[in-house]
Amino acid sequence: MNNLIRWNRPELGTWSGFGRLTDLRDEIDRLFEAPMAEWERSSQLLSGWTPALDLFEDKDNVIVRVEVPGMKKEDIEVSLHEGNLSISGERKYEEKKEEAEVYRAERFFGRFQRTVSLPSVVESGKVKAQYQDGILTITLPKAEEAKPKHIDVNIS
Amino acid sequence: MKATLQKETRSAQAQPVEYVAPEVNIFETKDGYILEAEMPGVTKAGLEITLEGCEMTIVGHREVSVSPGEALLRESRDASFRRVFQLDPVIDTARIGARVDQGVLTLTLPKSEKVKPRKISVE
Repeated sequence: MNNLIRWNRPELGTWSGFGRLTDLRDEIDRLFEAPMAEWERSSQLLSGWTPALDLFEDKDNVIVRVEVPGMKKEDIEVSLHEGNLSISGERKYEEKKEEAEVYRAERFFGRFQRTVSLPSVVESGKVKAQYQDGILTITLPKAEEAKPKHIDVNIS
Repeated sequence: MKATLQKETRSAQAQPVEYVAPEVNIFETKDGYILEAEMPGVTKAGLEITLEGCEMTIVGHREVSVSPGEALLRESRDASFRRVFQLDPVIDTARIGARVDQGVLTLTLPKSEKVKPRKISVE
């Protein structure tokens, strides 16, 4: 299988204005015309909202970072179960726009969920989560027995 | 001496910044346009919005985050955000407003007053 690199739309040249665009339909047409291999890299049209997730580890902590901009922190749920961390939530669409005409709607709304297997046992009581600038950062301190220990070698 | 100078200029150039386009929602109401751009990891300090004639460029510099440990899985990218738009000439560029909240930039682009439909009373 080729690299499953998350596809980010590359920066394009100037957009040709705010005119009426039927690009959603074009995008779907393009999706059907493209060979199967392209589908994996295609937009999230088929898979729904899958926010980018990073997983880090240092000697004391496991750190998980998820990009979920534009959320309210009460709409984000984080849970830990048997070594798996689940992050889910719902981004609500604000119906504040009266009689608005939509020109582009690329942002996702609705539910999302990501689950990741943690590389180490963590102390569930000490997990901290912080939401800033649209990025959710979860710090999970490793359980004592999981931390690397230095073992003295004695030569008698 | 010359060799050292050349080396310095090269490193001063730095790597070319890689850009990705932020996802946007654009709406039009009778009063103006609203543009929402998703740029996680970008703060007010990292935003650059420039206007040249009818062309508006939005750049969001991501704070280069220090990796908190060894990366086991990385889906996010360090690339900054950039997107260019051609503005509808009815937009009153002097009154464009911008605010950023949790990685989402919201731009309000009001239409100039004289373009809005209005009643003309007959004497």
